[in-house]
Amino acid sequence: MALLADQGNREKPLTDSIRGAANASAQGLRHDLRAASIVWRRELIRFKSDRLRAITALVQPVLFLFVLGTGLSGLASHGLPAGVDFKTFIYPGVLAMSVLFTAIFSAASIVWDREFGFLREMLVAPVHRWAIVVGKCLGGATVATFQGIIFLALAGVAHVPYNPVLLLTLIGELLLLSFTLTAFGVMMAARIKQIQAFMALTQMFVMPLFFLSGALFPLSGLPTWLTVLTRIDPLTYVVAPMRHAVFSHLTLSPAAMRELSPAITWGGWAVPVSLSVAIVAVMGAAMLGIAIAQFRKTE
Amino acid sequence: MTAAISVSGLTKKYGEIEAVRGIDFEVATGETFGFLGPNGAGKSTTIKILCTLANPTTGSARVAGHDVVKERDTVRRNIGLVFQDTTLDSYLTGEQNLRFHADLYGVPKSAFAPRLRQVLEMVGLWDRKDSVVGTYSGGMQRRLEIARGLLHAPRVLFLDEPTVGLDPQTRVSIWEYIHDLKQREDITIFLTTHYMDEAENCDRIAIIDHGKIVAIDTPHALKASIGKDRVQISTAEDPAAIRELRNRFGIDAEMHEGLVTFSVTSGEQFVPTLFAEMPSEVRIRSVSVSRPSLDDVFMSYTGKTIRDAEATIGDRNRTLATRFGRR
Repeated sequence: MALLADQGNREKPLTDSIRGAANASAQGLRHDLRAASIVWRRELIRFKSDRLRAITALVQPVLFLFVLGTGLSGLASHGLPAGVDFKTFIYPGVLAMSVLFTAIFSAASIVWDREFGFLREMLVAPVHRWAIVVGKCLGGATVATFQGIIFLALAGVAHVPYNPVLLLTLIGELLLLSFTLTAFGVMMAARIKQIQAFMALTQMFVMPLFFLSGALFPLSGLPTWLTVLTRIDPLTYVVAPMRHAVFSHLTLSPAAMRELSPAITWGGWAVPVSLSVAIVAVMGAAMLGIAIAQFRKTE
Repeated sequence: MTAAISVSGLTKKYGEIEAVRGIDFEVATGETFGFLGPNGAGKSTTIKILCTLANPTTGSARVAGHDVVKERDTVRRNIGLVFQDTTLDSYLTGEQNLRFHADLYGVPKSAFAPRLRQVLEMVGLWDRKDSVVGTYSGGMQRRLEIARGLLHAPRVLFLDEPTVGLDPQTRVSIWEYIHDLKQREDITIFLTTHYMDEAENCDRIAIIDHGKIVAIDTPHALKASIGKDRVQISTAEDPAAIRELRNRFGIDAEMHEGLVTFSVTSGEQFVPTLFAEMPSEVRIRSVSVSRPSLDDVFMSYTGKTIRDAEATIGDRNRTLATRFGRR
């Protein structure tokens, strides 16, 4: 009993200092940034401890690149300029695909967190909801970009050069794409409470997004209906700049470049690469905004 | 010193249903306050409002001196929460879970390490801090949640059924931690429980039923207010026994926990009379007399034992059970 009383005296300053500091500091932006940072770090810790996920997420893009890429190369070679491998052509699109699933599945962890109660731990904390949503989206973006970088290591197999400028450009574009996709997933996860429904819905979106993005075929010379659909698909505005980056680091004739990596056109007007990237960034920001608004509601 | 919790005229409606119908109470700083009631009585709704997870329809509540609606974030910083269902990340280690919490609650970085050790040693998990929480037993997870709830040095700790689903030995140890905590830190504890023996540990108790507070006092005063002893008899003919008790002694008995149960002023003196006057076909097998317990208090205010209240879910089932028992 005497021992307990003694401990009581020793511990009082610690609890008092925590109370004082928490009440003083917790108002500001720094506190929210600290909260966002720990939410982001949690995604990294979980990704690191789940190596199986990193490996399984590689299976699909590897199948597309090697099996589809090799299988169709004989057939596709008739349409390609001499010396250009079909695998090189589809590489940027498949690279985009490699982050597609990881980014959306990171957002799915919000649905898991809700089911296992951890979401409540985050939502009852004295932080602004935006800090949690931003941390989550940045976490998903980082993890998905790592996944993309693993696939980027296979660039040589598709005859894509390991040029530092090219690699940095691609990583930047992957990061932007991953962030937008995670924001999309988080926005959906705010509304959908069951993991099965979430998976089914995202599957319904993911495959059309991928197929309509021009990942597997050039955007020029398509029938009108397909041209319209590809221009609506947000993923198109990432795949085209990525392909542009890859092909401008190969030695190609201007004619071949135009044929294989045509600019996205809106009724004849060529959309510049910078605008294309800006479109994706704006969409990401808008979906992030919607996600934050949805998580702000109280009962 | 302001009250740790003060509630006035609080109501909460969900559409047509009035979950809480105007309650008022205060909890003093440093008190351990038990909040009891049958399922669906408005217990969880009240806690949700006090923890800022739901807004009241009318009325107000202040926790740690701050309004739960207008100063939501200040309230949140000053309370610790331990829910019935686990809210841990089972893929992270114990320490990682607590670090996450410290960052969300703005615990100063320099204070984190000593505080981490303090709370983990208190619940006996210091040597397991680097294990992934998925490998913890149910009791260890609950202890980790208590440690986490205390990490940011809250002024009020909310424990919603802190011992539900735990084995008796772990239940006892959880209560040891709570007593130990009261010795060490100036903290107010607000808890709900289904175990009446645990409610005895509280300084004061409130019983809520049908959205209103029906009793509020110390366990001692509540038991004294009942005044009567509780007698339970096991017989071969329960319906006959209930009928005879009414006809011969004017006592209303009911079936509880499978036994004919009733209250009389002095139980020990009543037993010989009971045996002398009860017709032989009733055949009493055993008798037990007990001083009023919190179970009796609960029963006299809500019309059911807490075990009855726990066993049935939903009002319809509860009515059926009561009717069945009274036949």
